[in-house]
Amino acid sequence: MLGKLSLAAIPLHEPIPMIAGLGMIFAVIALVGLITWKKWWGILWHDWLISVDHKKIGVMYIILGLVMLLRGFVDALMMRSQLAMAAGGAAGYLPPDHYNQIFSAHGTIMIFFVAMALVVGLMNIAIPLQIGARDVAYPVLNSVSFWLTASGMALMNISLIVGEFARTGWLVYPPLSELAFSPQVGVDYYLWALQIAGVGTLLSGINLTATILKMRAPGMGYFEMPVFCWTALAANMLIIAAFPILTATFGMLLLDRYADFHFFTTNMGGDPMMYINLIWAWGHPEVYILILPAFGIFSEVFSTFSKKPLFGYHSMVYATLAICGLSFVVWLHHFFTMGAGANVNGFFGIMTMIISIPTGVKVFNWLFTMYGGSIKFTSPVYWAIGFIITFVLGGLTGVLLAIPPIDFALHNSLFLIAHFHNVIIGGVVFGAFAGYTYWFPKVFGFQLHEGLGKAVFWCWFIGFYVAFMPLYVLGIMGATRRMQHYSNPDWQPFMIVAFIGALIILLGITLTIVQLVVSIRNREKTRCTAGDPWDGRTLEWSTPSPPPHWNFDAIPQVRSLEDFWHSKQPNGEPLQYVDNPSGKFHMPKPSALGITLSFFATVFGFAMVWHIWWLALVGLFGCIAAVIAHSWQTENEVDIDLNDPAHAHGHA
Amino acid sequence: MTVIHHSHANDHSVPYAKRGPAPTNVLVGYGFWLYLLSDIIMFSAMFAAYAVLSSHTAGGPKGIDLFVKGDVLLETVFLLVSSFTCGIMGLASAAKNRNHTYWAALATFVLGAGFLILELQEFSHMVHEGAGPSRSAFLSAFFALVGLHGLHVFVGLVWLVVMMLQVKTIGFSDMVQRRLNCFNLFWHALDIVWIGVFTIVYLGAK
Amino acid sequence: MSDLINKRNHYDDTHPATPGEIHDYKEGIQKYTIGLVLAAILTALSFWAADSASVWAPSMPALLAALAIGQMGVHLVFFLHISSGPESTNNILALCFGVFVVALVVFGSIIIMTNLNEHMLPMDQLMNIQIQR
Repeated sequence: MLGKLSLAAIPLHEPIPMIAGLGMIFAVIALVGLITWKKWWGILWHDWLISVDHKKIGVMYIILGLVMLLRGFVDALMMRSQLAMAAGGAAGYLPPDHYNQIFSAHGTIMIFFVAMALVVGLMNIAIPLQIGARDVAYPVLNSVSFWLTASGMALMNISLIVGEFARTGWLVYPPLSELAFSPQVGVDYYLWALQIAGVGTLLSGINLTATILKMRAPGMGYFEMPVFCWTALAANMLIIAAFPILTATFGMLLLDRYADFHFFTTNMGGDPMMYINLIWAWGHPEVYILILPAFGIFSEVFSTFSKKPLFGYHSMVYATLAICGLSFVVWLHHFFTMGAGANVNGFFGIMTMIISIPTGVKVFNWLFTMYGGSIKFTSPVYWAIGFIITFVLGGLTGVLLAIPPIDFALHNSLFLIAHFHNVIIGGVVFGAFAGYTYWFPKVFGFQLHEGLGKAVFWCWFIGFYVAFMPLYVLGIMGATRRMQHYSNPDWQPFMIVAFIGALIILLGITLTIVQLVVSIRNREKTRCTAGDPWDGRTLEWSTPSPPPHWNFDAIPQVRSLEDFWHSKQPNGEPLQYVDNPSGKFHMPKPSALGITLSFFATVFGFAMVWHIWWLALVGLFGCIAAVIAHSWQTENEVDIDLNDPAHAHGHA
Repeated sequence: MTVIHHSHANDHSVPYAKRGPAPTNVLVGYGFWLYLLSDIIMFSAMFAAYAVLSSHTAGGPKGIDLFVKGDVLLETVFLLVSSFTCGIMGLASAAKNRNHTYWAALATFVLGAGFLILELQEFSHMVHEGAGPSRSAFLSAFFALVGLHGLHVFVGLVWLVVMMLQVKTIGFSDMVQRRLNCFNLFWHALDIVWIGVFTIVYLGAK
Repeated sequence: MSDLINKRNHYDDTHPATPGEIHDYKEGIQKYTIGLVLAAILTALSFWAADSASVWAPSMPALLAALAIGQMGVHLVFFLHISSGPESTNNILALCFGVFVVALVVFGSIIIMTNLNEHMLPMDQLMNIQIQR
């Protein structure tokens, strides 16, 4: 009846997951209580949970990303504190079993549910506004994408209390992840959570690609598009191309685990190397899915706050497209040491180094954008300058690792860990924070506290260097990743310094929350409802803040890149709009399809993890029934009439 | 606010890229096109696995001993003709011809179901002979690749039934037309994948 | 005409069709029939060639690949109605990108895995070594 599930699945004897799990449950109960007490359920349901407004969906992605950042970061703190203790004969406080789950969960959460959620959320918010559209191409699908991601997140968090998570590292390499070596449910949680969230990401990639290519305001050709839209286009095309490979690969591993197939097993002709080959054919483009939108955000930030057009806009576009294409021909550098010959390793090493050329073009473009500009040092600019310094360093260690002989010495060492945190924190996290600060006033109509924003930056910036520079050294000294304790006492001072770095970052994360609370309390002082607090250059700043549900009362008729900027100049011609004498247009209706699908998908995933087949069927048929029922809905749109006073002030 | 009194939506002197948001039928068609590409990339990962693992027979039966080309040819004919009838269904629905739509859909359904039955017969025969997916990595890859295509055909059949019910209850509204167009693209794309399957898996069997 | 921009759901028959869409019934049937005949010929050739002794064996993979790619082209043109008009530019670009990725995944995997297998012991023997130790 309940498959493999029994009371024994709840780790009552392990205090740490129990405390974390109970904390999570209490937080949820407290939240539910607060919402009930304040009578917010109606607003929450109608204005948020079933909303198909791209801005609100973007905000929900970002909330999800920030919440998961807390969990992923607690994992990081636990690892760093364990390693600060467990030197010589000491065992630390985390048993190996639990430690293995922590580093696996940390990687999975940070990439799939923090970095992806933040990046997709920012793209959702900014793209339609930047191209002068009223929403994304498929608003209901957008809500479905978000809710499937949320479903994956729910499964991740359930694994904390019911059962356990994978102990196999964040990419669950076989043969370790095969049934023979990981008979527990951890790998199944991982696979189902990411399969469900992966479908959401794929649909979102299709949605945003179609939005950018087919929804631009009239007059906006490809080279009138803000550069963020170009980088987002490249990233979303990479999602369309890469995520199906992930789905197929996980599908094969699932067949191995559930149906006795032999894709990656060690017997019956299975080949674990094939998994590693396929997973990185997804994994490398994934890195660029995360970093390209961040590049776009920095481009917007540099240009806006230097009061200059982006230097080398066209070269920026071509560099973006070059990175997009090259990202698909370097994947073997993730497994140089797995036995390929010198010619194959050499080819992929050289391709990897070639990527640094378009990236270098971008760095110079950003520097030249600042050069001669009147730079306003706001917190987004802090993040952007911090990014250039940090990212170039991370890029250089990347070029080192791209040389196969060096990789043979350093692979799976803490040097590698330092390298990819260097590019992901220095690139994606800094980019996400820059974007969060930059577009926050657009979405909410008031600004974030600048002083605290800068404090958050300094904590992350200093904390990053203190935490990860020692790891470079440790890696060269021979410390490997994923170790729970070590015998060489010489490593301990470095480990302690790294732990202090993590604590500094913790302060930064705490200050992010403080900043949010303070900014909300002070919101009357930083109101910017006119919509253009930064003296922006692109169309999103031409509409009020927060924008009405439909973004633009009239659709802009675009004449040039930076049309809005030119219209603000002393002798500039004002923006032109497409005529709409009736003042009427259609907007999509809210839809509960997303949240319904999310519920049944979570049920399905949970049931599959525990082999509760009847419940899995309920989940599956629930999903199918929800889609079919939705497909009979013919009244999917509401009429908006701008002449109707109920709509006139931007409230739907 | 300055307002201009014309737009370039259908002005052919304006480059296509600058004419503003596409109408819904173009939008939906394009999104589905992108989905199909992603689907084909998913198949390509399965093809890659098959190509790499097809020689890993672990002492078990080989493809050339298992596959019956006559049956595969029949399956191919079923699918190809169903692509044709599906196209006819698309034309009939664009012309809002209910009868033709139903008949063409019925033909498509029967041919698609016939394909699936043949495929399932082949599968069960193989499993009976001890050549199931657990026998070797080669057979795992075979069942997963061909089975994934079969699963798509099955989903297509369910979708087709739903679409006919929509034609019956909603009629040829724009929305239903767009979906029929997507179904058409889906069905043709499955046929293209099948060309890869019969060429690489069956005709290329060693 | 600005209606078209203001009403998201505006359906306009004069607008260029998307792939798969054809409006003239008779012309459409003609096109599908041509496609069916061409595809049938190519399929028949493939099945015939695979069993035929008169094809030089080493050229077989190339021949079958050529026939398959040809038939995919026929399907794209006659069934999916891919055209070279400006309204299809985005579709064709997306298709090219897809073909690029498919080729990379398939041929990249084959090259990499063949190379790995040349340099490494087969998996079952590798496991034996570890068990013996």
